[in-house]
Amino acid sequence: MTTTEPLPFPGLVGVPTSDEKQTGKDYTSDQEVRWCPGCGDYAVLKAVQSFLPDLGLRRENIVFVSGIGCSSRFPYYLETYGMHSIHGRAPAIATGIATAREDLSVWVVTGDGDALSIGGNHLIHAMRRNVNMTILLFNNRIYGLTKGQYSPTSEPGKVTKSTPAGSVDHPFNPVSLALGAEATFVARTIDSDRRHLTQVLAAAAAHRGTSLVEIYQNCPIFNDGAFDAIKNPDTKADAIIPLTQGEPIRFGQQDEAGNPSKGIVRSATGGVEVVDLNDVDEADLLVHDAHTDDPTTAFALSRLTDAGVLHQSPIGIFRQVARPTYDDQARDQIVTASASQDDHRSALTSLISGSDTWTVV
Amino acid sequence: MTKQVKQLDRVIIRFAGDSGDGMQLTGDRFTQESAAFGNDLQTLPNFPAEIRAPQGTLPGVSSFQVHFADHDILTPGDSPDVLVAMNPAALKANLPDMKPGTSIIVDSHDFSGRNLIKAGYAGNPLEDDSLTDYALNVVDLTGMTVAAVKEFGLSRKDAARAKNMFALGLLSWMYGRPTETTTAFLEKRFAKAPDIRDANITAFKAGWNFGETTEAFAVQYEIKPAPMSAGIYRNITGNLALAYGLVAGSVQSGLPIFLGTYPITPASDVLHELSKHKRFGITTFQAEDEIAGIGAALGASFAGQLGVTSTSGPGIALKSETIGLAVMTELPLVVIDVQRGGPSTGLPTKTEQADLLQAMFGRNGESPVPIVAPQSPGDCFTAAVEAVRIAVTYRTPVMLLSDGMLANGSEPWQIPEIDDLPVIDPQFATATNHESTDKNGDTVGDFWPYLRDEETLARPWAIPGTPGLEHRIGGLEKGDGHGNISYDPGNHDYMVRTRQAKVDRIADSLPPLEVDDPSGRAKVLVLGWGSTYGPIGAACRRVRKAGMDVAQTHLRHLNPFPSDLGEVLKQYDAVMIPEMNLGQLSLLIRAKYLVDVVGYNHVRGLPLKAAELAEAITDLITTTTGDVDRENFRASADASADSKEIVK
Repeated sequence: MTTTEPLPFPGLVGVPTSDEKQTGKDYTSDQEVRWCPGCGDYAVLKAVQSFLPDLGLRRENIVFVSGIGCSSRFPYYLETYGMHSIHGRAPAIATGIATAREDLSVWVVTGDGDALSIGGNHLIHAMRRNVNMTILLFNNRIYGLTKGQYSPTSEPGKVTKSTPAGSVDHPFNPVSLALGAEATFVARTIDSDRRHLTQVLAAAAAHRGTSLVEIYQNCPIFNDGAFDAIKNPDTKADAIIPLTQGEPIRFGQQDEAGNPSKGIVRSATGGVEVVDLNDVDEADLLVHDAHTDDPTTAFALSRLTDAGVLHQSPIGIFRQVARPTYDDQARDQIVTASASQDDHRSALTSLISGSDTWTVV
Repeated sequence: MTKQVKQLDRVIIRFAGDSGDGMQLTGDRFTQESAAFGNDLQTLPNFPAEIRAPQGTLPGVSSFQVHFADHDILTPGDSPDVLVAMNPAALKANLPDMKPGTSIIVDSHDFSGRNLIKAGYAGNPLEDDSLTDYALNVVDLTGMTVAAVKEFGLSRKDAARAKNMFALGLLSWMYGRPTETTTAFLEKRFAKAPDIRDANITAFKAGWNFGETTEAFAVQYEIKPAPMSAGIYRNITGNLALAYGLVAGSVQSGLPIFLGTYPITPASDVLHELSKHKRFGITTFQAEDEIAGIGAALGASFAGQLGVTSTSGPGIALKSETIGLAVMTELPLVVIDVQRGGPSTGLPTKTEQADLLQAMFGRNGESPVPIVAPQSPGDCFTAAVEAVRIAVTYRTPVMLLSDGMLANGSEPWQIPEIDDLPVIDPQFATATNHESTDKNGDTVGDFWPYLRDEETLARPWAIPGTPGLEHRIGGLEKGDGHGNISYDPGNHDYMVRTRQAKVDRIADSLPPLEVDDPSGRAKVLVLGWGSTYGPIGAACRRVRKAGMDVAQTHLRHLNPFPSDLGEVLKQYDAVMIPEMNLGQLSLLIRAKYLVDVVGYNHVRGLPLKAAELAEAITDLITTTTGDVDRENFRASADASADSKEIVK
């Protein structure tokens, strides 16, 4: 497991651990998985099932909450506690669970329609509060369960059942949105890259606060090929901009010596831009630092993703900073207030009596 | 001078002024003084939805009515005996409620050109003969206040702000109220601003002294304490009692409260109150919207806490989908609807009972939700405990239907003994409840989240952290017992009926209805629910005082109805249902019991008036018995004791 956080991970402090050896099978429920053949959700499910044992938690202390959509069937397939809730509301429900119980590891599974359309409000408020939960946002840039309408991440001009003349909606960039909502952990990964997916999940689980992980996920039925540029072996070197903490950001087809052809530098306008490595000094390349408090550079990086058909996108952890969580602070207030109270029953008697009473004999 | 002292059995006073004049505080202090004195009382605050409507205008008028008596009373009173009007707009707005012969005390200070025009007066009503029907007292309350507090060096504006305390002092003298509680209150309230504190206390005393010395007020009134059953009492508003009831439900069940909510009039005080009591383990989550509020509360219930959400009618509309999810997942949840005038934004600060059918049916699918309603401010406590009992015992969302009148109204409340409250056992599941055969042919224990208790039909509540009981629930239809997704037609039919049966079974746990029929000869029953209890009770007393027989019963449970309701209805020739809506309980009673009830419906944003209701009841009695003459009515009532004919 790859994370920069020390054990036990701050994101999981308070969650009881297990000494028993666990395998992916322990996290597989008896329910038949029912996504379409070739769906990217299978790969994510498999990765999650085989990754969860690495956390070493007691299985009964893990809760998955989902909304509505194809990906939201996820909890049924995991042998943990779970709730398949209603459209868009999973972050709100998870906020209640995470605040009520420090001893639970809380996960939200959602999609681009669920999280960014009907549930947009709950998503941004969970992130600004920094409630301790990990949100897996499966982005296939289409509505699957309702059979193929455009989504809030579909490219402009998208022709679908509901937009025969092409969509005129401008899409959300989920990473930009999360950074705008001041999320403390924002990352992007790909369904088909099991290794990277697992690394990002590990870092997200280790983070205390809301972790937003956008997962590019292919829908083979209604939006097949949406991510071809970053999956096709011939094009992916030019399409994936890997973000690695402390490393200069370089990508693109390699030359014979194995050196990438492109890099990222700060632009004159204050953002970042892609340059040919032949045109700049190595020292001028932007060194990735997800740990800076100021989200400006992370936001600039997020803008490198095409709003239209995807040709290029940064992949990795954009931002990972520490900020007190809502749930920790809410519980602290209760602990502080409870310090002087030992018996609820006598406290209740004095509470309801108040200070202005009279006695009738 | 020696003043005459007159005995009265009850008085209704209305303090009215601009919304910045502190009328709610004035009324509240007078109430506390009367409570401390030992009168029975009921209050009715009435304030604009605007925080500060333009000063001096009719929309900006705020008022507080208090009814206090030497006997037990049930309502804040129909129309005031005394109106205190702090400006022309307050006089104009409230005059229509005043009967000839009643008293009006007016602060003359603002009765000048511009202020009269703002209130819509062409001339000065204090100078023409438009108020000759009333016992009018014109006093320069503001001027005397400013003079009295001169020594504290306040600005003229700040000095004038103490005029409400001058008025309170005057009224306190007039009705012989004890002053200590108000003095102590002011000392505490303005402890950090000594000059304001001293000015207010001085104005209060000056008002009292003015009453005692002036010749303008020749009579002091005495209203003796009311006999009440032995016990310790306090004055309490409905929202406060409701919040305390939730805390009591939490203590009695051992479940920490998680309140997920969004501010809305007139329910916000429940949030304000609970947020003060974190020491009971209470979490208050002010969410981004109504939907997130209930969502987080349901999440907390799933996690093993007592999920509560509080709102008013518009908020219920937004929460409906999540209430449906709570019905489907069968988790405890208390949903508080402090009703206000609707539809849409409606009348935010006024009262109404028009959310009953929304509570009953306002969701997609067959989605039964138990409904509990308090009948008086203090009763909000008991009703909240009952809502918690049902939610936890039956694993269901419960709708607690309060209203604006209960929420802000107050009454003396006998403080209950904690030992008398029901003990609520969450009975968390801790072990597997079912056996199945694995692929090796061995018998293994497993957990079925929808295997029900035979008596209550409640499903087990297994909370995360319980080993071996991992399970998934959600909004999709569940297979009976095992709880996995099921699209089987027969299973769906069975589950729909079972969820309904579970709610119906709550009736088995309810006490028999209490029917108040003192003579035992009544032919007419008045059936009510919620805050109309007071006006209905007062109206029935009037009717009985006039020599007629009428029975009254009041529903705490609107869903399910008590098991004996059908039998009770059958015992009367006619049933009247007074409601602050267009007949919502009437509709339910007609549908379920096929009884042709007579509605009495007002939607004025105000409580029903007992006198008007008494007339309507009298009319129904006379048409039912076919007799208008009181003497003959008695005779015929006796003669036709066995007759069940309804004459309309």
